[in-house]
Amino acid sequence: MLIFECPYCGVMADETELAPGGEAHLTRVGAGADEADFEGYLFHRKNPRGVHFERWRHAAGCGKWFHAARDTMNLEVFGTYSAQVFAPPKELVAVIKKKRPDWEGWV
Amino acid sequence: MRRYSAFAIAREAARYHTGWERAWRSPAPKKEYDVIIIGAGGHGLATAYYLGKNHGITNIAVLEKGWLGGGNTGRNTTIIRSNYLQDASAAIYEKARSLYETMSQDLNMNVMFSPRGVMMLAQTEAEKRGYLRTAHANALQGVQTDFIPPARVKELVPIINLTGPRYPVLGALWQARGGTARHDAVAWGYARACSDMGMDIIQKCEVTGIEQAAGQVTAVQTTRGRIGCGKLAMVVAGHSTALADMAGFRLPIESVPLQALVSEPIKPAINVVVMANTVHGYMSQSDKGELVIGGGADGYNSYTQRGSFHHVEETVRALVETFPMISRLKMMRQWGGIVDMTGDRSPILSRTPLGGCFINAGWGTGGFKSIPGSGWAMAELVANGTPGSLASAFGLERFREGRFIDESVAAGVAH
Ligand SMILES: Cc1cc2nc3c(=O)[nH]c(=O)nc-3n(C[C@H](O)[C@H](O)[C@H](O)COP(=O)(O)OP(=O)(O)OC[C@H]3O[C@@H](n4cnc5c(N)ncnc54)[C@H](O)[C@@H]3O)c2cc1C
Ligand SMILES: [Zn+2]
Repeated sequence: MLIFECPYCGVMADETELAPGGEAHLTRVGAGADEADFEGYLFHRKNPRGVHFERWRHAAGCGKWFHAARDTMNLEVFGTYSAQVFAPPKELVAVIKKKRPDWEGWV
Repeated sequence: MRRYSAFAIAREAARYHTGWERAWRSPAPKKEYDVIIIGAGGHGLATAYYLGKNHGITNIAVLEKGWLGGGNTGRNTTIIRSNYLQDASAAIYEKARSLYETMSQDLNMNVMFSPRGVMMLAQTEAEKRGYLRTAHANALQGVQTDFIPPARVKELVPIINLTGPRYPVLGALWQARGGTARHDAVAWGYARACSDMGMDIIQKCEVTGIEQAAGQVTAVQTTRGRIGCGKLAMVVAGHSTALADMAGFRLPIESVPLQALVSEPIKPAINVVVMANTVHGYMSQSDKGELVIGGGADGYNSYTQRGSFHHVEETVRALVETFPMISRLKMMRQWGGIVDMTGDRSPILSRTPLGGCFINAGWGTGGFKSIPGSGWAMAELVANGTPGSLASAFGLERFREGRFIDESVAAGVAH
């Protein structure tokens, strides 16, 4: 079972009180974007085997959205962070890189 | 290949079963093949089979990283039905269902196809209206389905509880010709027939890279060396994104674990398949007497082939309220498979941005039923380079063009 620490209320929340929100840090394209960009934004997903960044909501708790980094191969959680950022914090990326030297890094 | 028959069983019984042959060869990979298929699940093997049978292409290798049928094909709950809403879906699933009827004879392998009937319960007014709509759509598509009243549901499934406690049964969508089949036998039957046509099924051979020249695929790198190919078909379900990454294109697919469980065996209690989509559980009884139970899919990307524990509780709760008599049964085994979910919950049978490379994926929670139809359509696509009538609506371009084949409403539950 996945357990995240909510970065807002500090609770250690298991997945039964969380709602998954899918891949994080998508570039949200606007009405003027071309079809390929729109297709990418709406449908294409990284779906990686390994390190993944996601949005989650503490739905049955404080209600806040937040970000989380984890490994899709074994559910190891690397950390959680604020929803109000466009990329994962540098310190977290460094922690992950240390644990997963083969990881290509945040791209 | 020595044929299986009642006579063969008698003959082997008389000589202590010393005469059975290996069902398929385990050759070392050749340097090059006309067609390489990645993934020896049902869809990959069926693609190879129909390439040989319908198109005369037999210089084929099917590469499998584990053992054949060890992916979702050997992990699913084997429900076969074709009562989908959209025309393109009904066509390919009905083609598959009809091929299941003759599969045992065609492959000379008893796949235990059991058209025992599939029932999808309507437990809210909205669901009832949805199924009435599907029944009308199916009538127009030539797929035999009926919307049946609660009394008929009870007649067909005496152990069902019609009155709640949360959601009363308001009727059901009933496909009498749907049913189940033996999943391993389907994979084994295709593998045996492919091997007999001279194709190489190479297990423990993981594809780790894809080579290309001038926009055309030329070879794959594998854990058993480089193998050249004229054409390449990726048929790897939940692992499609990893293969597409190697080939350099993106996919509208997310991989999640889907679970199933079986109970201890009991005497015959239910002889149809029942799906209860509102409370979220479905059940049938195997020939061994175990209740085969389909559970939920995780809501997030994962390759753990296990699934979250709390889904087991949700599933069992749903089934106990639908079938109160099972409340004291022990569950014996639980497992998961990694399913490939697309944005519109419909599959992809498509050319790809890489020349000579084709993909068959996105069957998600419901692609066992489609194995023969999918293999048939995929073989046509790979052989001709262009999709035939069964596959044409399922191209990757539909996401860009907004031509979705939306089955998420019709198939809101995992099956
Ligand atoms: C629990 C569960 C219940 C289900 N219930 C039903 C049901 O009742 N009815 C229904 O119709 N469908 C059901 N499904 C869905 C169905 O099982 C799948 O849609 C179907 O089996 C997919 O078949 P496939 O051949 O595409 O994939 P798979 O059988 O998964 O085969 C893909 C193969 O590719 C191999 N592979 C992956 N990567 C590589 C690589 N790099 N190199 C070489 N080989 C590779 C894998 O090892 C695997 O063997 C269920 C699925 C699950 C998990
Ligand atoms: Zn919180």
